[in-house]
Amino acid sequence: MSSKKHYSITVNGKQEEFLAEPRELLIYTLRERLNITGPHIGCETSHCGACTVTIDGKSVKACTMFVAQADGKYVTTIEGIGGLDDLHPLQNAFKEHHGLQCGYCTPGMITRATKLLEENPNPTEEEIRFGMAGNICRCTGYQNIVKSIQAAAAEMNAAKEAAE
Amino acid sequence: MSFDATFQNKRFNSVGTRPLRPDGIDKVTGRARYGADFNMPGQLVARVLRSPHAHARIKGIDTSKAEAVKGVKAIVTAADMPDLTDGDEALFAILDNCMAREKAMYDGHAVAAVAAIDESSAKAALKLIKVDYEVLPHVVDVDAAMMADAPVLNDTIFTQGVEPAPSKPSNVANRSEFGHGDVDAGFAKADIIVERSYKTEQAHQGYIEPHACVASCNADGTADLWVCTQGHFVYRQNCADLLGLEASKLRVTSSEIGGGFGGKTHVWAEPVALALSRKAGRPVKLIMSREEVFRASGPTSATSIDVKIGATKDGKITAAEATLRYTSGPYPDMWAELGAMTAFAPYDLENVKTVGFEVVVNRPKVAAYRAPSAPMAAFAAESAVDELAKEIGMDPVDFRIANVAKEGTRSSYGPVYGPIGIGPTLDAAKAHPHMSAPLGPNQGRGMACGFWFNFGGQTCTDLNISADGTVTIAVGTVDVGGSRASLSLIVAEELGIEYSDVKAVIADTSTLGYNDMTDGSRGTFSTSMATISAARNAIEVMRQRAAIMWDIPLEHIYWEDGHAKAAGSKHGNRAPLSVKDIAAEAGNTGGPIAGHSELVADGAGVSFATHICDIEVDSETGSSRVVRYTVIQDAGKAVHPAYVEGQYQGGAAQGIGWALNEEYIYGDDGRLQNPGFLDYRIPVCSDLPMIDTQILEIPNPNHPYGVRGVGETSIVPPLAAIANAVSNAVGLRMSHIPLSPPRILAALNAAKT
Repeated sequence: MSSKKHYSITVNGKQEEFLAEPRELLIYTLRERLNITGPHIGCETSHCGACTVTIDGKSVKACTMFVAQADGKYVTTIEGIGGLDDLHPLQNAFKEHHGLQCGYCTPGMITRATKLLEENPNPTEEEIRFGMAGNICRCTGYQNIVKSIQAAAAEMNAAKEAAE
Repeated sequence: MSFDATFQNKRFNSVGTRPLRPDGIDKVTGRARYGADFNMPGQLVARVLRSPHAHARIKGIDTSKAEAVKGVKAIVTAADMPDLTDGDEALFAILDNCMAREKAMYDGHAVAAVAAIDESSAKAALKLIKVDYEVLPHVVDVDAAMMADAPVLNDTIFTQGVEPAPSKPSNVANRSEFGHGDVDAGFAKADIIVERSYKTEQAHQGYIEPHACVASCNADGTADLWVCTQGHFVYRQNCADLLGLEASKLRVTSSEIGGGFGGKTHVWAEPVALALSRKAGRPVKLIMSREEVFRASGPTSATSIDVKIGATKDGKITAAEATLRYTSGPYPDMWAELGAMTAFAPYDLENVKTVGFEVVVNRPKVAAYRAPSAPMAAFAAESAVDELAKEIGMDPVDFRIANVAKEGTRSSYGPVYGPIGIGPTLDAAKAHPHMSAPLGPNQGRGMACGFWFNFGGQTCTDLNISADGTVTIAVGTVDVGGSRASLSLIVAEELGIEYSDVKAVIADTSTLGYNDMTDGSRGTFSTSMATISAARNAIEVMRQRAAIMWDIPLEHIYWEDGHAKAAGSKHGNRAPLSVKDIAAEAGNTGGPIAGHSELVADGAGVSFATHICDIEVDSETGSSRVVRYTVIQDAGKAVHPAYVEGQYQGGAAQGIGWALNEEYIYGDDGRLQNPGFLDYRIPVCSDLPMIDTQILEIPNPNHPYGVRGVGETSIVPPLAAIANAVSNAVGLRMSHIPLSPPRILAALNAAKT
């Protein structure tokens, strides 16, 4: 058993300090240690994307990052993207356009999609499909996920234009 | 109370609309709680030790070193789960599958489990458990398992359904036969006969949420189980039976479920978690890893199927015959039987015979997967039908229409059909623009039909009306595809209230009567029947309350458009009473208003679909791409059309994955080589096009609204539709699913030489 070390991670704007083994996977830190259960575990091999979070501006699969690698970084999970009273346009679009069934992949999907739309605010359908290819959904056939992202992009762009 | 479920042709206000699912907000914010999102004070972490051998006798298990690991609180083996099954073979199979007893029957079979204070301690202990295996010869292939010299997995299995009964054990657990007429006479009348052999590989349901539960056996003989499941009442019964608990003292709560598709209808880890908790005296959380999910849960059968179909030159099928061999894992079930029943269900056949062989092999115990057994049978039958149409020179849709089953047809599996939708789905396919759209280079078009029975079963609904007139329903079928929304629509329809005034919850096993699991596309079909019945019982109560409020005779009050109304000229000028009006006075008129219903939902309506797809094949690499896909399916009545479409799209996507890529790959050592999403490749977003859907509504005569059930049939046609499309694209008949790039490339190269 390896010894524990001190870590400091800012999760959804809140600084968290704790002792952990360096080999602890970030997804366990989030789910078991910090009780942030929006990110889910589907594979632990970085293929399904259910655990997707944002770290320092990049989409990361939290099941394949050690807590030691996240030390000092800023982590955003679905809980930090928006809540009941302040839904992110993507959360709202997934809800409004039936972009989910069982919902298990949804937090990872939406978290990934926030980065996709930051990187490319006007994606084509093909760009959405390839940009989301690291997140598996087994229920929907992706149809309404793609439509939800298209709807959110349109809404976000319209809001941006209105603000300019 | 008896309930008349006969179809009533009524005009709908709520049913058929597309409101938002009530669980959506929690799912987009990360608040929804799944199997692994629940914790109890003092909870231990469990891990399972699994056999590395495909077939091995367990000569001994030494847990002493593992028990000495700091933090380990309990270790269980089969010795801690004594056989209480009392000769019930099906129950014994569940027990043996949960924890291997005399032999490990497949790579991944559980042999021991540890509960410890943390994961590190549990994993350390697993490594110190010493299992003394005597490795035995194994067999994983269905055809190899049927050979005379195959290693026999279970010397108590003597093929059932054959006369005379065999004197030697074998891996063929049973033979089933269906059909009617005289196939030999039928083939004698045929001008053209197609006879082919097909194979399909084993696929997994691939739900993204691994199995997870928290179990707590308490000192007073009660127990609690939080679990992701498609049937918490069935899990309760299985766990109680296996562990010697009283069912009523085991309270099972179903979590939000992260996909199931049939794979969460069977207990695996739950009895083990309860046994660990009982031994440790503390709650235990057990989560399976993805590798464990692949190795030890779920999969569907691998199959080998021979089909022979004959027809006259003018396109009439004279006889159809199939022999279907299905693996069931180490324990017999009825997978081949279901395949044999469904293979030719879309057709009106004078002479038909199907024979199913259930074959045990050293693979995981097969579990239901969305219309279990039907996709493989349809792949074989619909491939042969397509080839026969081509040989006759008929359009594949026209050929199917010429032989299609209709109301009054005796089905290939026995019953005579009532009103059914296969003909209308074929007519719709013929008229669909997809059918006549031009194809690009290297593209092929295929179509195929599919059938599923749909199930009913035991079902309850409790409907409670609050003083403010809003309504809660407690139901016992787990919501796997949007049933909380569809059932809320049903309540709104019956009571004449707003959808937003209804809240549907899934009750735990201590707060509602027994319910069969959510399988067989029965969730909305069965529970809507119980819910309509409960709502009508509540309306009776509200009529009685209106009579008290107005002080007029009950028989002068009728219910219409969500209101109690006074009939006749004497009372006719009274303003109708709404649900809210009556609910507000409930405390003064007899107390809370509720409606209950407990029933067996009989008369599930059979379901048919026709799919069309276009595929483009890259002949250099053998890879293929779905260019366009259309699903046409009879829903009976689409209660929530958006969620019906979601089922159509989701089932088609799973079928596409199975058809093109997904398969269990075993090494010569009988070990699974691809227990992960990297090598077991399920479709990702960039693999699929938009999937067009067309809902047909041919009412089920045995449901008040005509509902049939829609969840499963959409996975039945894709294997065949894609195989037909690929075959048309490359000009070669493809007969082995999945049509993965190496398999297509091998076929192309073989054709060149």
